[in-house]
Amino acid sequence: MPGKSNGHKHLLSITDLDEADIMKYLDSARSFAEVSSRPVKKVPALRGRTIVNLFMEASTRTRMSFEVAAKRLSADVMNFQTSTSSLSKGESLKDTGKTIVAMGVDAVVIRCASAGAPHLLTDWVDASVINAGDGMHEHPTQALLDLFTIRERLGGLRGLKVAIVGDIDHSRVARSNIHALNKVGAEVMLVAPRSLLPDQVERMGVTVTGSLDEALTWCDVLYLLRIQMERVNESRFPSLREYTLQYGLTQTRWSRLKRKPLVMHPGPMNRGVEIASGVADEVESVITGQVSAGVAVRMAVLYDILGGSRD
Amino acid sequence: MGFNARAKVLEADDIARIVKRISHEILERNKGAGGITLVGIRTRGVFLARRLARTIEEIEGNPVEVGELDVSFYRDDIATRGGAAAIGITNIDFDINDKQVIIVDDVLYTGRTTRAAMDALMDFGRPHVIQLAVLVDRGHRELPIRADYVGKNLPTAGDEKVKVSLVEVDGVDTVEIGEGNDAR
Repeated sequence: MPGKSNGHKHLLSITDLDEADIMKYLDSARSFAEVSSRPVKKVPALRGRTIVNLFMEASTRTRMSFEVAAKRLSADVMNFQTSTSSLSKGESLKDTGKTIVAMGVDAVVIRCASAGAPHLLTDWVDASVINAGDGMHEHPTQALLDLFTIRERLGGLRGLKVAIVGDIDHSRVARSNIHALNKVGAEVMLVAPRSLLPDQVERMGVTVTGSLDEALTWCDVLYLLRIQMERVNESRFPSLREYTLQYGLTQTRWSRLKRKPLVMHPGPMNRGVEIASGVADEVESVITGQVSAGVAVRMAVLYDILGGSRD
Repeated sequence: MGFNARAKVLEADDIARIVKRISHEILERNKGAGGITLVGIRTRGVFLARRLARTIEEIEGNPVEVGELDVSFYRDDIATRGGAAAIGITNIDFDINDKQVIIVDDVLYTGRTTRAAMDALMDFGRPHVIQLAVLVDRGHRELPIRADYVGKNLPTAGDEKVKVSLVEVDGVDTVEIGEGNDAR
């Protein structure tokens, strides 16, 4: 039979995947994208499977994206939010996980402020675990949807030059994207003040610059990270005004460019901080495209993990 | 894997004649090409559907729309099949409401693929009728389904396999019977 399941029971981090796995997800995501364009946006592929969204950190788009993806595949979805749950009564992740899975759940999609929590959960429960962002570690489906968007827009990935701008150190989006882009043969340049880069960042197989203008003349894709406002007051963060001047995609910078790169952003954007409002309007179609891609890629992941034979 | 052919059942000439005959049968049954659309089941059904459409157009002079259907999402046995990587793209970019939709596949066997294809079509609209055209009917139905147009009835044993090759994907037009996993 042509093309088997990727054979993974969980999706915890991009580092667990090889190039072929990533490409299979991207290829199959195209078929799933077609489902979202139908008059009846639903197929019975995962009928009878139950998926829990266990979100212990605020998130609207990722949670909704997973929910829409699961529903388009006819899976049953339960949402579990900490503010309304026993976790706020001090129940441990282990007990919560075991309780949920005891209800006969097939997969847990987990978002958590603690790096590594999804890995831990796989030891405790029998269900598949999908990482929807764990602390400053990884956000694998975000990287897959970003790669999908780049490939749809630019036709390929190998040899592409991608500049990632912003608070790299705190960003799981950046980490997952760096790993994924490296695996598929794209070149990555990080643009950030030294204080917002992880230690020994060059070991991740990237080049580093402090100059956005240098990156702009070099890159095919400009990936702007969201500035997390709660971190702005930390000592290693420049002032917002200084950040925008040095690392923001301002109208002046954008207008000056002869060859415009593909501009991407994981959302939600801080207009006037990492991207000028006028530029944001101009590149909006790519950023909303990332959102649609998110549904398709998550459908592909859920189907691959829950649809194939497992025992 | 692999396939050991025991006998060649159809040659390229036979397949060409079958396509021509079924085209005429479709036109006869539906009283012309008006309202007819063809939907091929991936992969080989799509190429057969295109051949039928071309022949019908040669006979009647009117173009016939051809859609492509991947039924993976609708199967009742995904638990035992490959994962997401095996899925092709469905492409039905025309309205099937009140049309005579003819599903085209290479081999009719258990009927489960046809059942899945009908379910999938229902999500695209409400056809006036759905008919089924197959190149080979090898028997062993597990559902109450029969084809309206059959290229060749091929009585087989349960452990035998039928392998359809088409120029567009395999470089040659043949139908063979034999043993192996690489066929249906």
